[in-house]
Amino acid sequence: MIKQFLLSKLQYLISIALIILTSSICFVSVEIIGYKVVALILLVVVSMLAMLFNIKAVMLAAFLSALIWNFFFIPPLFTFHISDTEDTLMFLMYFLIALVNAVLTNKIRVAEKKAWDKEEKVKTIKLYNTILNSLSHELRTPISTIIGSIDTLKENREKISVENQEALMAEIENASTRLNQQVENLLNMSRLESGHIKLNLDWYDSSDIVNLVIQRLPKIKTQHNIIFNPKENLPLFKLDAGFIEHILYNIMHNALQYTPVNSIIKVEVEYKNRLMEITIEDNGKGFPESEIQYVFDKFYRLPQTITGGTGLGLSIAKGFTEAHGGTIKLENTLHGGARFIITIPTEITFISDLKNE
Amino acid sequence: MNKPEILLIDDEIQIRKLLEINLESNGYKVLLAATGKEGLIMAANHPPELILLDIGLPDRSGHEILKELRNWYNKSIIVLSVLNNETDIVSALDNGATDYLTKPFRTNELLARIRACIRRNSNEIEAHSVQTFNELVIDFASRVVKQNDTIVKLTSTEYNLLCLFAKNEGRVLTHQYILKEIWGQGYQNETQYLRVFVGTLRKKIEENPNYPTHILTESGVGYRFN
Repeated sequence: MIKQFLLSKLQYLISIALIILTSSICFVSVEIIGYKVVALILLVVVSMLAMLFNIKAVMLAAFLSALIWNFFFIPPLFTFHISDTEDTLMFLMYFLIALVNAVLTNKIRVAEKKAWDKEEKVKTIKLYNTILNSLSHELRTPISTIIGSIDTLKENREKISVENQEALMAEIENASTRLNQQVENLLNMSRLESGHIKLNLDWYDSSDIVNLVIQRLPKIKTQHNIIFNPKENLPLFKLDAGFIEHILYNIMHNALQYTPVNSIIKVEVEYKNRLMEITIEDNGKGFPESEIQYVFDKFYRLPQTITGGTGLGLSIAKGFTEAHGGTIKLENTLHGGARFIITIPTEITFISDLKNE
Repeated sequence: MNKPEILLIDDEIQIRKLLEINLESNGYKVLLAATGKEGLIMAANHPPELILLDIGLPDRSGHEILKELRNWYNKSIIVLSVLNNETDIVSALDNGATDYLTKPFRTNELLARIRACIRRNSNEIEAHSVQTFNELVIDFASRVVKQNDTIVKLTSTEYNLLCLFAKNEGRVLTHQYILKEIWGQGYQNETQYLRVFVGTLRKKIEENPNYPTHILTESGVGYRFN
């Protein structure tokens, strides 16, 4: 807002300054170029301003330059009076051309903006449809699983082996957990979008947070090796633990889903340059370099990936990181895996200071 | 033996049905109330062994019902909440809730909380001088703590903290409550001390301090001791 305001003020200042500067140069060299050419030079300046600035600033430049040309260049000098008919005509024409210039450029710009807006609208509608499709698919799949399994259990109880009954119940359990996860993600997304997010800061032991998240991850974690060796002598950090847990959970959950069984997921926490830095690294295939810039976009999913996600997890991780004043970065490691680096500005307190009290 | 009575105050009929079946099949007698008003009357007419109270009731806020109950009811109250909102949970605990569960919860979790609360109701009558938690033994009379028969050396703050946890086995304790009990008035918001002492205590009494089995962290709320 303030920046825009300054920018619009600046436009007027630059317009006035450029006209005065050009006029002064012309005034010194009027003997050589003649006063009629000065009009052309000023017109060029006004036209150039019209390409960059808003219509009001350009009109101002047009008026100012016309008056300057009249006062300092058209004989008799230093009056607004024009004695020659030819000069009067030229002055009027100058005025007209400068105005037409300003208005036309403005018209083109408005038309351009309209076309752009329309394009954006089409894009938004398309995105919205994609979201709805993906969401209804992601929500309906677990619901269908639950309803189907229950129907089967109800109607054919005698015919189904105990093993299969248990398998169906496990399906219901998995589908419900997945549904709950999706709803949680959607709620978090709308929380972030609403902008009404308040940090609930308190002192935390970062290794406690990381261990808690690791324990909370779904059972497939047993098929992965999650490595976390807390560094000695880390300070306590003042954080919103809920936010940090969400960030870590979403990134690690993502790594579990998209890396093959037996992959290694390594978590590290450090305190560097007054920032808490969390690194989560895997030895999977990493991300195609061309896709990295889109990974944190809402509803973005890598092309040809397995189903089961809404494309919200990483954008929520980014949203919570930014709500905490931090940044999140994704890069591929030298060995080809993915590495997420989260940095969060935070107050610290050293544990040794507290023990002595 | 008489079946312990549990009063469930929840406006959702599905939840009432589900918990009724669940709790009855686990040996409890269940009384059901659909509104806060109904719940208050039922509790007053026939005080149950434990109350399960939904915090998001339609007629009156569960927080108000909780405060009103606590004017005279001194057995356990477990609050149920759909919100995963720590401040809401902490305020319920500060207003006298014994424990909490967030929906959706797993049945075994609910049963564990109920068992811990009911045990606590009777524990207040007889105090044990020795308590055992798997490989961990606390002898309150001689102030000795042993892990796998080896004596664990604790500072007096660590010992006091462990005793507070042990006396509230299975029950969540808020940061503020622990700080007030161990460090005293004026320290309620000095969470950093608690973090440090929980860290050192875990190193001494947990087999793997990274994956504690005794002192569990309840994110944003406090700790629970098992």
